[in-house]
Formats: sequence, structure tokens, C-alpha cells
Amino acid sequence: MMDSALIPKGVKRCPMWQFLLGLGIVGAVLAWGVYAMLLCWFKGLNQTNMNDYYGFALWIWADLAIIALGGGAFFSGLLKYIVGKDELKHIINYAVLIGFICYSSALLILAIDIGQPLRGWFIFWHANVHSMLTEVAFCLSCYFSVLTIEYIPLILENRQLDKVPFFHNLSHNMHETMAVFAATGAFLSFFHQGSLGGVAGVLFGRPFAFREGLLIWPWTFFLFTWSAAAYGPCFTLLITWITEKVTRKKLVKDNVVELLAKISGWMIFTYTIAKICDTARWANITVPGLGQTLTDFYTGNALYGYWILFAEIVLCGLVPAIILISAPLRKNPTWRVIALLLGVIGVSLNRWVMVLQVMAVPVMPFDHWALYYPSWQEVATTILPLAYGIMLIMISYRYLPIFPQEAELNPIEEETSAAVEAKTESTPDLEPAEA
Amino acid sequence: MKHEQKHNPPMKYGMAIDLDKCTGCGACMVACMAENNVSFKKDESNKLDSITWLRVYKLTNDKPYPNTDICYLPRPCQHCEGHGGHSPCVSVCPATATDYSRETGIVSQIYTRCFGCRYCMAACPYHARYFNWWDPVWPDGMEKYLSPNVSPRMRGVVEKCSFCFHRYQLAKNKAYLDGERTVPEAAYQTACTQACPAGAIVFGDLNNPNHQVHQVVKPDPKHGGKSKNPRAFRLLERLGTNPKIYYLSSREWVRRAGDNYLAHEKTGQVSKPHH
Repeated sequence: MMDSALIPKGVKRCPMWQFLLGLGIVGAVLAWGVYAMLLCWFKGLNQTNMNDYYGFALWIWADLAIIALGGGAFFSGLLKYIVGKDELKHIINYAVLIGFICYSSALLILAIDIGQPLRGWFIFWHANVHSMLTEVAFCLSCYFSVLTIEYIPLILENRQLDKVPFFHNLSHNMHETMAVFAATGAFLSFFHQGSLGGVAGVLFGRPFAFREGLLIWPWTFFLFTWSAAAYGPCFTLLITWITEKVTRKKLVKDNVVELLAKISGWMIFTYTIAKICDTARWANITVPGLGQTLTDFYTGNALYGYWILFAEIVLCGLVPAIILISAPLRKNPTWRVIALLLGVIGVSLNRWVMVLQVMAVPVMPFDHWALYYPSWQEVATTILPLAYGIMLIMISYRYLPIFPQEAELNPIEEETSAAVEAKTESTPDLEPAEA
Repeated sequence: MKHEQKHNPPMKYGMAIDLDKCTGCGACMVACMAENNVSFKKDESNKLDSITWLRVYKLTNDKPYPNTDICYLPRPCQHCEGHGGHSPCVSVCPATATDYSRETGIVSQIYTRCFGCRYCMAACPYHARYFNWWDPVWPDGMEKYLSPNVSPRMRGVVEKCSFCFHRYQLAKNKAYLDGERTVPEAAYQTACTQACPAGAIVFGDLNNPNHQVHQVVKPDPKHGGKSKNPRAFRLLERLGTNPKIYYLSSREWVRRAGDNYLAHEKTGQVSKPHH
């Protein structure tokens, strides 16, 4: 392979043509998304199906969902570096990469979503410290910087870059101080995940979203942080499983996966209990206090019914929690993947409800439900980060030692390739391909 | 000017709209659009993305003939005070592009600072805020008829009723030149107020006992500005938005339509705000 010098030692990768073909296919989807993005930037948000009732729509949902799903990065980092769950070092690289993709995607979507993208910096310059969105912007940007710092040493571990003494030492030293960044990341994540929950929770003009809380923070602030920590690892594990299926290799040992799955299970369980308490209080005290009932929010329209509460709390809350807590079920790959999938759907559904249903519910008694479907430009720009994420994973997986256990779990049997490897290493002056 | 502000008590501009007088003619909407350079599309049939700072809603009592009754409800921005200026929209704007004036009680919108995140629209339960989905385009020649006192808005920003704030600025300047300490009631009136043929809209300073709006509304500062007039109500008063638009009606079903109530609750019941 013409790029064999860049491929980590002791692992095998698909032929170059196959890699490029894959990149090309995903790249075509990416180009479609970029075209839609340019349409939105040059022609304006009239390219979307948003309207004055749906100021927040598919994009804001995608933002909230991918940030929650990217929560696996901060929570795994917290568990490994602060709590001391050392086994997680075998999956932390991938959690960081997934987090990096999620957060960079979220920032990109926000840049498309605002009506005047060139004024995006006003949120920092003219910051209103009372706005939850200001807190989101600051913490999100800072945490993205932390994720970048966490991703850099991984890039520097590329076989060729690592040969440069400066990069080698830089990477080593960054690894040494990673606990500081993990702690910073967890701190920042607590606030931006929370403030994303606060975005809806502070809307006292919208009884469906509004929650009381502690000091300046509505209960949704804490629920969002909790759910991101609970469901984020589900996404990390699900993407790991998908990567294993695509590469047809075992990449992470079962004990690592099961440990993270178990912690995620307990987090989902405790989160679901908190969510039930929050829903009960909201339904019985907050909403009637404002002259409304649950019926107002879950009937009288074609989409939003009581099924959402069941899906969020039982099907995608208690069910995955029980599967992941129970050792026999958790150790069964099929049940485990079902639980991970339900978890990912659950947190995405929660974010949908806290954005889209908030917009849909009428508040004035003489107003009506407003339903919405996205335009193709909105769909394409939402798929854009997905394509970008797949491409970044493909490139990172091919050239960086993302999975430390890969070589051990997938030993290369052919002696010839081992001999070539050995010779390559012993003749550093020559290009490996020539050797 | 500092001297003048120091000695003038804060004003609280507000409106009383008598729904029993409103005929739903829409003159207020037209006057508002013309006065404030509100842009429009070739096809205005989709009301979900067209801009109407003041929108007239048609309410019905949902009863069959012969008991059918209707009511037209003009809805400008409610210029909510919330608690201490904590309006639903002002508190959420991340770039301080909208502000609650403690001098006038008017909720402003700074178009050149708004970057179009639309969080304020999500926060407003009255749907009084509108986004410019398109660049404003007027038919040929019409741009000559635009008001020079109101800046047109660009694509990608939010706009809303300003209580014709430019009229306040002009009236304030005139009062200063005339040596008046305050802006006279007649000197500052909104376009919709003046356009209403039925005289259904009364506008002025809710804090000033000499202003007609104060006399009609009789706001009770001890109870969050709630009106002492039994005919008066405010939209969604129970949410704690503390709006400055008061509606008047002798019809109970109209007053009840102004807020959400549980089946057993009396019209006009106000719960303790939760925030």
C-alpha cells in the first residue's frame, strides 16, 4: 500500500483503493451538505422550512442531540482520569474523537443556523450574562478547545509524526497532563450541557418547557447534564460496535465495553428516576399552576401524544437501564447493542421534545398547534456533519492508533509482512514502500 | 438631559384595547406596517413567515348559532415587564440585542446587533416577534414612500412592535425644545392608536394618572400591575410576563379566552408566579 508508512505498527488496514472509494462515497454526501450549507449562507434561512412559530427546529435539535451524544467524551475522561477507572484508557481515544466530531459539528450547525452568520461573534462581544445561550456559547467553545487539546496527542502518535522528537515529547507531555484537561472538560461540560437544558427550562412564557429549579438553574439544567453523562457513553459504545462491524475486527476488549456499559446503565437508571420526579412535579404542580393540564400538551395534534412520555421514560429509559445493569443481559452482545441503541434514541427523543414540541404547543388559548417538517436543505446540512464525522473516523482509524488493544486482539499472522515491518524499522532512511 | 431624567419619574407606556369596540377592520395593522416600514412578500398567504407587528386574531366562543359570538383581538408586542424588567425575551437574548427600558417601559430591538438566533421568538408566548426570512424588497418606486425615521431591517434579524419608538424620540426632542419637562400625552401616540376608526385603542403612560390609559386601566402596582377595572385583563397574565397591553371586554368568554384556566377555576384567577 502506498500509505503503509503512515499506518500504525502491528495492524492491518484495507487496500488504498477501498479506502479512497469509501471516502469518495461519503465525500459525495458531504459535498451535498456543503452545497445546502452554501445555499443557506448565501440565500438566507428562507431555504429552510422554519417559520415564526418554529424559530428553533431540526438544527437546534441536532445540536442538542449531538452534544448530548458527544457527552461520552467528558464522562469517560472523568471516569478514567478523575475517578480512576483505568481500563477505560482502551476506549478513551475513541471517545475523544467522537466528542471532537460531535462538538465541531455542533459549532458548524450553529454557524449555519443563525440569521446573520457574520455577526456570530456578537454573542461573545455583546454577551448578555443572563442568557443561557451565552453560557452555552462560552462553555461550548472552551470545551471544544479542550477536546482539540485532547485530540492533538493522538494525531502526534501517528507513526511518522512520532518520529519527530519534538512531536514525540509534546505528545508524551500532553498525555502526562491530560488529567488536568479531563477535569477542565468535565467542569465545562457540566455547565454547557446544563445550560443547553436551561435554554428550554428558563422559558417561563412556555409552560411546556418551563421548570422551577435551584437558584438560577432550572431542573432541566441538571437533567441535561445527567442525561448526557448517562447516554453519551451509549453512543461511544454504539459507534465502537459499528466500527467493529465495518472493520470486521474486535477493537476493544469486552471487559472495557462492559464496564462502561454498566456505569452507563446505572447513570441512565438514576437519570430516569430523576426524570420521573421532574415530570411528576411539573405535571402536578407547575402546569396546573399556570392553568394547564397534560392533556393540553399531548392531545389535539397528529404527532405529539402520550407515547412520547412512555418512549422517553420506559422504553428508552428504564428498559436500557435494566439491560445494562443486569450482568447476564449486559454480557450478551445482542441485548447490549439493543440497550445502546435505545439509549441513543432516548436522549435524542428527549432533545427533540425539549426543542420541537416546545415550539409546537400553543400557549394562547385561541392559538393552534404548529407542526413542521424540514426542507431538504435542512436535512442535507444535518447529514453533513454525519458525513464529516464518518470521514474523520475513517482517516483517524487508518492512520492513528485509536484502539490500543487492536494489535493484541488482531495479530497479523503472515510472516512476510512481519519481516517487511522489521526491515522497515531497521532502515529509517528509506521510505517504507521502497524498502 | 441628565438633570431632566433625574427628576422625571419613570414612565410606563402601555395600551388599553377595548375588544367590544374593535370591529376587526385591520386599519391598525395597515397603519403599523406603513409607519414602521414593515416589509412584505409577493404572496402573503402563509402567515407563519410573514411579518405583522400587530396581528388581529379572530376569536370565537365555539357555540352554535344563534349563540355564536366572535371577537377580534389586536395583538402588538405586549412589552412585558416581567419582574423587574425580566421580560421573557429580553432575559434570553444572548447578545443584548433587545432591552427593557426602565425610562419608558418599552422593549426595544436593536436590529444591527441581532444576529438572528431566534431565541427571543422561542421565548415569546405571544408570537409577537418576527424573523426576516427574506431581504426586504418593495415594489418599484415604493421605497420613496418609506418613513425616513425608521430603519428598514435586513434579512436574518428579528423585529417586532416598538410602540412607534421613533415617534417618542421626536416627541421628546420637541418637548425639550419647547421647554416642557415631560412628553405631553397627545404628542406621543402610536400609529395604530391614531388609525383605529372605532377609538378602541388608548395609549399613554400607565404611571401617569392624568393619562387616559391610566384612568381606563387603573393599574394596581401592589399586584404586579393587574388592572382594577373589572372589564380588563391581560393576555396570559398567569405566566408572570407582566405585559403592558390591557384588553377590555364585558363578555366573560372573551376575558376567559385571554388566559389558560383549569375547568374549575374562575376567570381572572392569578396564580403565584413560579419564577
